[in-house]
Amino acid sequence: MDREMKNEITLEFDAVSVNEGFARVAVAAFITSVNPTIEEISDVKTALSEAVTNAIIHGYEEKEGKVRVVCLLEGDRLTVEVKDKGKGIENVERAMEPLYTTKPELERSGMGFAFMEAFMDELEVESAVGEGTTVRMRKKLGTESYLGDEE
Amino acid sequence: MEENFKVIDNYLMVKMPEEIDHHQSAAISERADMFIIHKKVNNVVFDFEKTVFMDSSGIGIIMGRYKKVRCFGGKVFAVHVNGAIRRVIYLSGLHKVMDILE
Ligand SMILES: Nc1ncnc2c1ncn2[C@@H]1O[C@H](COP(=O)(O)OP(=O)(O)O)[C@@H](O)[C@H]1O
Ligand SMILES: [Mg+2]
Repeated sequence: MDREMKNEITLEFDAVSVNEGFARVAVAAFITSVNPTIEEISDVKTALSEAVTNAIIHGYEEKEGKVRVVCLLEGDRLTVEVKDKGKGIENVERAMEPLYTTKPELERSGMGFAFMEAFMDELEVESAVGEGTTVRMRKKLGTESYLGDEE
Repeated sequence: MEENFKVIDNYLMVKMPEEIDHHQSAAISERADMFIIHKKVNNVVFDFEKTVFMDSSGIGIIMGRYKKVRCFGGKVFAVHVNGAIRRVIYLSGLHKVMDILE
């Protein structure tokens, strides 16, 4: 397959927790065309799940809203963007510190951003109070099958 | 859901679902706490045999139960921990408070 092929999908769904699983399955299916390893699929699903869950419980605080997920493949390079128009983050740097959470009563562990950082190659967070949050993550896929591509 | 919780002696065995995310986590925690409080179990064993996916919501479930049983000298354990689940557990440092049995 052509490794420089460009392909993009956009998903938009209600900010309800039942859609977390749906988003993971959709994105996992989308990336199969570049032959990711099982570990890479699992990494992307975990990072996506963290970002979508954050949009639902922190962005919209479990009230009505839409979450938008844009996935772009450029060859084997994946970009995932998760966007909400919720309450936004006052201090992004502090929010990204491991174990920092504003919802301990919901048993949040404060490890969401740490997982996104660990499981993807790059993480960017843009946020404005009252306007919403965009999380952008990048990862190169299929590295192992690519290296082991001999007959 | 009920068949996923079983008390053996002083241990609550919790069969974790295939996918552990925020959608299911509150229900699992609440159910486990019912047993911890009403059946007075001190220890919790999380069984990941069926589990193929877990995000940080799972960390919250385990940490939360650990904080509950710890006051009575109880412990938390994990069994059937596969690759993906293991990575999440180690990355979050949970292995420091929980015994992982092979
Ligand atoms: N989409 C978002 N909208 C508003 N606040 C957010 C969003 N994502 C994250 N946050 C803030 O950043 C904190 C840390 O997020 P995270 O690392 O995922 O931990 P947790 O979700 O366990 O609290 C959250 O507690 C919340 O205050
Ligand atoms: Mg989170």
